[in-house]
Formats: sequence, C-alpha cells, structure tokens
Amino acid sequence: MSTPAPRKTDIGPPHYEQFLPEVIKKNYGKWKYHERPKPGVLLHVGHSGDKLWSVRAASARLMSIETLRLLADIADEFCDGHLRFTSRNNVEFLVVDESKVDPLIERLNKEGYPVGGTGPGITNIVHTQGWIHCHSAASDASGVVKSVMDELFPYYDGSKTLPAKLRIAFACCLNMCGAVHCSDIAILGVHRRAPVIKHDQLRGQCEIPSTVSACPTGAIRPTTVDGRETVEVIEEQCMFCANCYTVCPAMTLNDPVNDGLSIWVGGKVSNARSEPMFSKLAIPFLPNNPPRWPETVAAVKNIVEVYAKDARNYERVGEWIERIGWPKFFEMTEIEFTKYHIDDFKHAGETYKRSLHFRQK
Amino acid sequence: MAEKLRATPLLDELEKGPWPSFVTEMKKSAAKNPMANDQLGILEHSYRDKIGHWKHGGLVGVMGYGGGVIGRYSDLPEEYPECAEFHTIRVNQPAGWFYTSDVLRKLCDVWEKHGSGLTNMHGSTGDIILLGAKTEALEPVFSDLTEMGFDLGGSGSDVRTPSCCCGESRCEWACYDTMKFTHELTQHFQDELHRPAFPYKFKFKMAGCPNDCVASVARSDMSIIGTWRDNIQIDQKEVAAYVKNGLDIDADVTSRCPTGCIKWDGKALQIDNTNCVKCMHCINTMPKGLAPGKDRGATILLGAKAPIIGGALLASVLVPFYDMEDAEDIYELAEEIWDVWGEHGMNRERVGEFIQRIGLGNFLEQIGLEPEPEMVMHPRTNPYIFFELDEEG
Repeated sequence: MSTPAPRKTDIGPPHYEQFLPEVIKKNYGKWKYHERPKPGVLLHVGHSGDKLWSVRAASARLMSIETLRLLADIADEFCDGHLRFTSRNNVEFLVVDESKVDPLIERLNKEGYPVGGTGPGITNIVHTQGWIHCHSAASDASGVVKSVMDELFPYYDGSKTLPAKLRIAFACCLNMCGAVHCSDIAILGVHRRAPVIKHDQLRGQCEIPSTVSACPTGAIRPTTVDGRETVEVIEEQCMFCANCYTVCPAMTLNDPVNDGLSIWVGGKVSNARSEPMFSKLAIPFLPNNPPRWPETVAAVKNIVEVYAKDARNYERVGEWIERIGWPKFFEMTEIEFTKYHIDDFKHAGETYKRSLHFRQK
Repeated sequence: MAEKLRATPLLDELEKGPWPSFVTEMKKSAAKNPMANDQLGILEHSYRDKIGHWKHGGLVGVMGYGGGVIGRYSDLPEEYPECAEFHTIRVNQPAGWFYTSDVLRKLCDVWEKHGSGLTNMHGSTGDIILLGAKTEALEPVFSDLTEMGFDLGGSGSDVRTPSCCCGESRCEWACYDTMKFTHELTQHFQDELHRPAFPYKFKFKMAGCPNDCVASVARSDMSIIGTWRDNIQIDQKEVAAYVKNGLDIDADVTSRCPTGCIKWDGKALQIDNTNCVKCMHCINTMPKGLAPGKDRGATILLGAKAPIIGGALLASVLVPFYDMEDAEDIYELAEEIWDVWGEHGMNRERVGEFIQRIGLGNFLEQIGLEPEPEMVMHPRTNPYIFFELDEEG
C-alpha cells in the first residue's frame, strides 16, 4: 500500500509571475503610455518601445468549462496562450503581434464574445448570483444583466458613445455582494415585506439573542408562541434589510409578488475631477418581470439616454446631476419623486436641502 | 455522457440578443453534467414562480479551514436531486487575474472531474468561483487544487481574498506594485484568511492610482490606493500634439481641474503641483503628455462596506501617504486594527461601523496613530467635546 501524499494547506494562490507574457515581464513597471486604437482594444507602449495590444471581450461571468477551454484555445491561436480577466468580468487577450488583432476581434465576435467595453461607454455589469445560487436574492441577477446589456449593446461595442464612462452594477439584495452603492447606475433587488417567521424551524436553527440583535431598527423582540420561546417582528419598524434572515434562516423574506428592483444613480469610485460618491435613489420599486424585465431595461435605458443628451464631456452621471440639480434630473427623466426618495435612516438630516441654491420652475 | 436537457422555455428567451448568454453557458455544462442540468431546471423553476430556491448555507468545508466553501442546498431536492447539494468553492485567484491557457485547462479538468462544470470568472471579491459541488467532492477538489498550486479563498468572518488592479504589470499610472504587494499580503495572512476569528469579514483591495479600477474605496475594509507627492511629469511636446489633434484643453482639461491648479497659455501647460489633489483627470485625458510624479506611494483608507448592517460607507483616510517601502509596516497596522476591533467590535460589526460607533479620534488613539486634518472633510461643527478628565489648567 502506498503512503498518501501529505495534505497541503495554506499554500496561498500561485505566484502571478508564471502566468505573465514575456512582454509584460520585460516592461513591468516601465510602461510609458496607452491609447485606445479602436473600441475594445487598449495599446500599451513601454519606454522600451515594446507594444502590447489588449483585446477586451464580453463574458456572462457565469461560464462553463467548455467556454473556458474555448477561450484557452483562442488565446493559444492568437497570443501564445496569454489572457486575463478584468475587475468587471471581461476577458482580455494579450497580443504582441499587431497583425493578429483584427483576426482575433473577428473570431471573438463570431464566437459570441463581442469585443468592446473601453472608453466613454458602457462595459460589463458587475453583478451577483441572484436566483442562480443565493438564498436571499430578491431577484435574479444574470437575467437582468443580460437583458440590460442586450439593450445597451451599442454603448458597449463603440457604435454609440457617451460623454464619459458609465458603470452599471447589479446586486440582488441589500447585502450587495456587488457593492453597487458607488455606481453610475445601480440596480438593486429589494424586499418589501417583513419576514415570515417559521417558529418550528427557528427553535432548532437560531439563537434568539443574536436574531434580536441582528435588527438595525430594533424591530425584533423575544416572545413566546405555543408556550415556547421564539421571536416576533414589529412590522412597522421593519425596513426589509434581510439581516435577520442572514443570521436566522427561519426569518424568511422571499416573496414572489412583493420582491423587485430599485434603481440608483450618480455614484462613482474614481477620484477623477470629483471625489468618490454614493449612488442615490432614482426609482424605489420596479416589478420582477422575468425572463427579460422590460420595465427595468426601459428605466435604465431612459436614464442613459437623457444623460447622453445633456451631459458635458467627461461628466459622469453623478457630476452631471450635481451640475443640473436633482429637481431637473427628475423632470428630465420623467421619474416621479416620492416620499421614499427622502432618507429616514441614520444621518438623514444631512441630505435635506438647507439653502436656496436650486432652480425655480 | 450526454444529458437530455431540462425544458427551459423562459430561460430560452435569454439566449437571444448580442450579449453573451449565461443560459447558453449553463446549457453547455448541462449537456454533459447532470448537476448542471438540474441547476438549469431549478433556475427555470425560479423564473416561473419568481422566487429563489436556495436555502441558507450549512456548515461545510475542508478539513482545518473555516472558510472558502459556501454551503448551499436547494429547497426542491426531490424534483432536482442532482443539485440538492450545490456548494460554492472560492479559489484564490492569481494577483491581477492573469492566466495561461495551460493553467486554465487544468482548472477546467479538476472541475470537470468533481463538480458541475460551472464557474464564475470571477466572484465579487475576486476569487475564481467553482459553482456547484456536492459535499463529498470538497476534499478531492481541494486536494487536486493544492496539487496544482491553488488554494481556497476566504469566506465568513475572516480576511477575505485580497484583490488588486493589474498595476505595474500593464499600467503606466500604477504608483506601487499592486500585484506583488497583494500576493505577499495574501501569503502573509494565510491563517487569518482560512480560519475566521474576527467580528466580521475584513477585505483588502489594492488600487495602483486614484482612478481605483478595483473600487477599493467602496468595497474594502482596508483600501490601499496609489498616489504621489512630487510634480506631475509633463511632456510639453505631446501635450501640444493633443491640442493640435483637436483636444479642447480649456473646456475638457484645465476648467475641469478641481483646484484650478493647471493653466494652458497656448504653448505650454503649467501645473501648480502644491495645489494638485492627484485626481488624475488631466493625466487620464492626455496619457502621452502627462504622468504621475516619481515620488510614489499610497494612501491607506479604512472602513468601506455595503449597507448591511448600519448603512453603506466609503472608506476614509487613515494614512495620508505611505511610501510602500516595507510591507511589514502595513501588516503591523492591520494587526493593530484587528486587535482593537477584535476585542471591542460587536458580532457582525464591520470595522467602518465600529469606528463610527467609538469615534475616529478614539480609534486612532487605540491603534497609535496621530490625528491629521487629511482624515476629515472638516473639523467637528458641534461643541459637545468629550474633554478628557485628566486634562487640567
């Protein structure tokens, strides 16, 4: 009998250097500038004069191993097997031979992984798991992303451009695994009903003190049902955050009729021109309407088009709205302003207008 | 083994249109893999009744680790038996997300052998996500992964898998070597990454310049963003070429400078670098003409998070400038923070929320940093000062 190999742990990720193409090893830390020769292509030039073309292709983020093998084959054919993924789930092929760039683009477009996503336009939507794999999802993620990107595709492949880049993100509940709170446009799944408590399940699965303390508004209280300890929810105090559900699976929140999506606008993370900013509420609720969520697609497209028409060069959505003012944003987009738009959580008062600096209608 | 695909009339609608279809991806896997086929079926079920069918996680993982696997069970195990257990495995990505075709194929082989064949490239935190493993497959997957040099990422109340932009590997704006730093940091904190011992999660994200392509200021508890202290490098000839080629330098560059420290007199660009706030706009606009200075380092910020529990936060400045010369300094800083937060933080309280609760001034005192005006937007406006009782006279 052979001795099993010792179990390896805590080895950490493999060192990145073994995956870098020669041109990157040679010019590491010595790049001089870059250009965007065409949509979806970045050209980096080193102080050495070396050139690297990065050809950026779309992905669904959710990928089968068959597709990863196809991407590997394409990388072998066009760029010695070198590719990387971006922070927004695009795939980049790292090409040193300029004559391979156009045939590569043609091949990727033909295979259904279109090239684009650079410059002042829209690139892949950072998103979460949704109904594919999450317990607290108020909506699906991939389906909404696919539907929105199909509609906004001209802004991806470069056939239409925008005043500045526009980053869209999607999260399927307030946990925001996609951290959508600083995006030009954010689509966020929301619950609208207090948790339905499964008392039998709660007794076996949850600690009452941690469930009570999970509530940011103090809406959960210990109580007794049928002579046994459990919790109750003061529904008027519930803001549907789902934190209790994360702590205690018996506090079920998912609701086929009342779950849906909200739209947020004007966030950014870069420091360019203005400081990073949060996204703010534009539309509090849109229905879950699978498979293609037409109301949500139309709402996002409307905001993009109004922005495209009115913003100045280099103005991100948030900068544009700061210049024109929120009243004008609601007027131009024809989005209704409601009581839900006015903050009532911590520090809400900081968002109230305390000056006459607004345009009279 | 060929599978008869589950009927998916609703999902089929999402195979139309120019954007890559996740449904097509799922069908590719489903054609060969019964787990993926049942996963396709359960998703169609969700599209029909507008509700998710995944239950809360369970305690599953690999021996000796407290993180890296997210337990997932469906609530329809009879109808979709092959995906009744469908756990997520987080695999720590190589820094910068660079791969060779060879290593990608090897990862695919491991996943073909043990799991559903579905992946995310990548998850929100940065990991390679292997989507859908049965409990019995976890140890074998782990064994095959470590054999080829990969390890699991973080989950739960631990150091989450650190991630970074591509930095100096392919960007002229990187003000420090994000990939090297991220790799070494990840190796240094392997224990903290695999064995949850904090009040809640702790994320690191490394961005090479203030453009912050990895959204570190919004998405990480400790955000390390490259910056510089000296003068922006100017190539006047290249600047003039941009203008000659049609750039409206007054409208699109100088008037967009947040501190008005840049002037164009028709021939040369002048920058009052003492007033530059390193926003990157002018450099972004003219990459051939301008570059960050040579005295480079990073600003360290702390405390970003998504809304749960006490509301979303952006990170705030903790160290205005660090030269990034010695990673040990940052490890020590992180450990100081974990000591204080670990002792006084409440269950599921992120470090940003903890700082808001105890006050940034108190927090700085605890971790041994001096207060600096760069840390606030402005000094307090309220006079309710907690003067210390031992101050007299």
